[in-house]
Amino acid sequence: MSAETEAPRPYTLVAELTYRCPLGCGYCSNPLELARHADELDTSAWAQVFADAAALGVLQVNLTGGEPLVRPDLEALVAAAHGRGLYLNLITSGIPVDAARLGRLKAAGLDSVQLSIQDTDPRGAAWIAGRDDLEAKLEVAAAVRALALPLTLNVVLHRGNIARVAEFVALAERCGAERLELANTQYLGWALANRDALLPSRAAIDGARAEAAAARARLRGKMEILFVRPDYYADRPRACMDGWARRYLVVTPDGLVLPCQQALSIAGLTFETVRARPLAAIWTDSPALAAYRGDAWMPEPCRTCDERGADFGGCRCQAFALTGDAGATDPACGLAPRHALVREARARADAAPAALSDGAPPIRLRRFRPVA
Amino acid sequence: MIGLGARVRLAPKARLRYDERTGKHVLLYPERGLELSDSAARIAGLCTEERLVSGIVDALSGEAAGAPRATIEADVLAFLRQLEERGLLLVTHA
Repeated sequence: MSAETEAPRPYTLVAELTYRCPLGCGYCSNPLELARHADELDTSAWAQVFADAAALGVLQVNLTGGEPLVRPDLEALVAAAHGRGLYLNLITSGIPVDAARLGRLKAAGLDSVQLSIQDTDPRGAAWIAGRDDLEAKLEVAAAVRALALPLTLNVVLHRGNIARVAEFVALAERCGAERLELANTQYLGWALANRDALLPSRAAIDGARAEAAAARARLRGKMEILFVRPDYYADRPRACMDGWARRYLVVTPDGLVLPCQQALSIAGLTFETVRARPLAAIWTDSPALAAYRGDAWMPEPCRTCDERGADFGGCRCQAFALTGDAGATDPACGLAPRHALVREARARADAAPAALSDGAPPIRLRRFRPVA
Repeated sequence: MIGLGARVRLAPKARLRYDERTGKHVLLYPERGLELSDSAARIAGLCTEERLVSGIVDALSGEAAGAPRATIEADVLAFLRQLEERGLLLVTHA
């Protein structure tokens, strides 16, 4: 595969409508410096983003945040995107709960709902998110199903909840979810700051994976069950975002165009905003988006690796976070010169207590709740 | 397994649309999509409301310069079974 000289077609827009959120999850994918991005795009600016994304070839939009439900204009945003033929997935905590509003969102053109579940154990939920909302989330799930909207439950797995995969499966069955995503935390941003408290042992991950596989076999045809390992325990890196600025584009609450939700963490890259230039122009020729497209940037061992077309060299943000060089081989890869960084973190996880206990270490909760 | 006597329609989560960039139809569903061949798109288009599988075969056989009915039948069944496997088809067995 040679370097891509022309910008590829993006298929999915990740629209981070706001960084405001009632929850404080210690693995949040939002940037650490939330307050810098508090000046949110208004309704008409987002409508322009949806129109421009559709013109670029985007087919799917993930409406996410923060918590998209805190945007009072969410119905108008859904209607604007739906009007461009885009398939709309609401990625939500469900909080604040408002069943009637879900009906209005469906009427405006919403296609599917992905609801996050932090934990089935109230104490575990409070530890990871600062609060427990399970009862409210069950109400949201019921409202989604009553509207005949497809429902995905998403559980981010970490040391505090990874022993409860069977309970998450039972919950998803009870909710009538069509899909359950059991996605291990990937250790970037907030999750990297909390890594020593969150990274499970290999034994815990193997156990959870076996539990998920058994449930998948039992529920075949009824519910799809996805299990995503942390890349720390895979021998090869994740095909992060299916390649840098290739299939996905992310727009932040304040209009920055990114290749992934973590990219602001990379020092030295200047991302552009749709407030200054049209989305299509930024996607096509922004130097920051071109920086790691294709494979011309790759060092050895990636450059001559047979798998570079499958994993795209892994995660640039992780390479930067762990080695200080975004162009380095992702240390999650067993072939990476700096793989010891990941091995050492795994060794600490194997030595740590297996599950959340009364003496569980405090984690740094994501905090950002300015008034609307 | 889906047979000629089953009644089928696309699941509510599946949305069929034309993609101007490629000139093909795509079937969109949560966070994913399938690019359809022209013949698959014709079958999917007939599934936007509930129909008998044999009725879909009838409709496609009636088209001008069509393939032999047995070929059409095999293609329809194979495609519908793929959709069912992905949870994209509601099926009422006869």
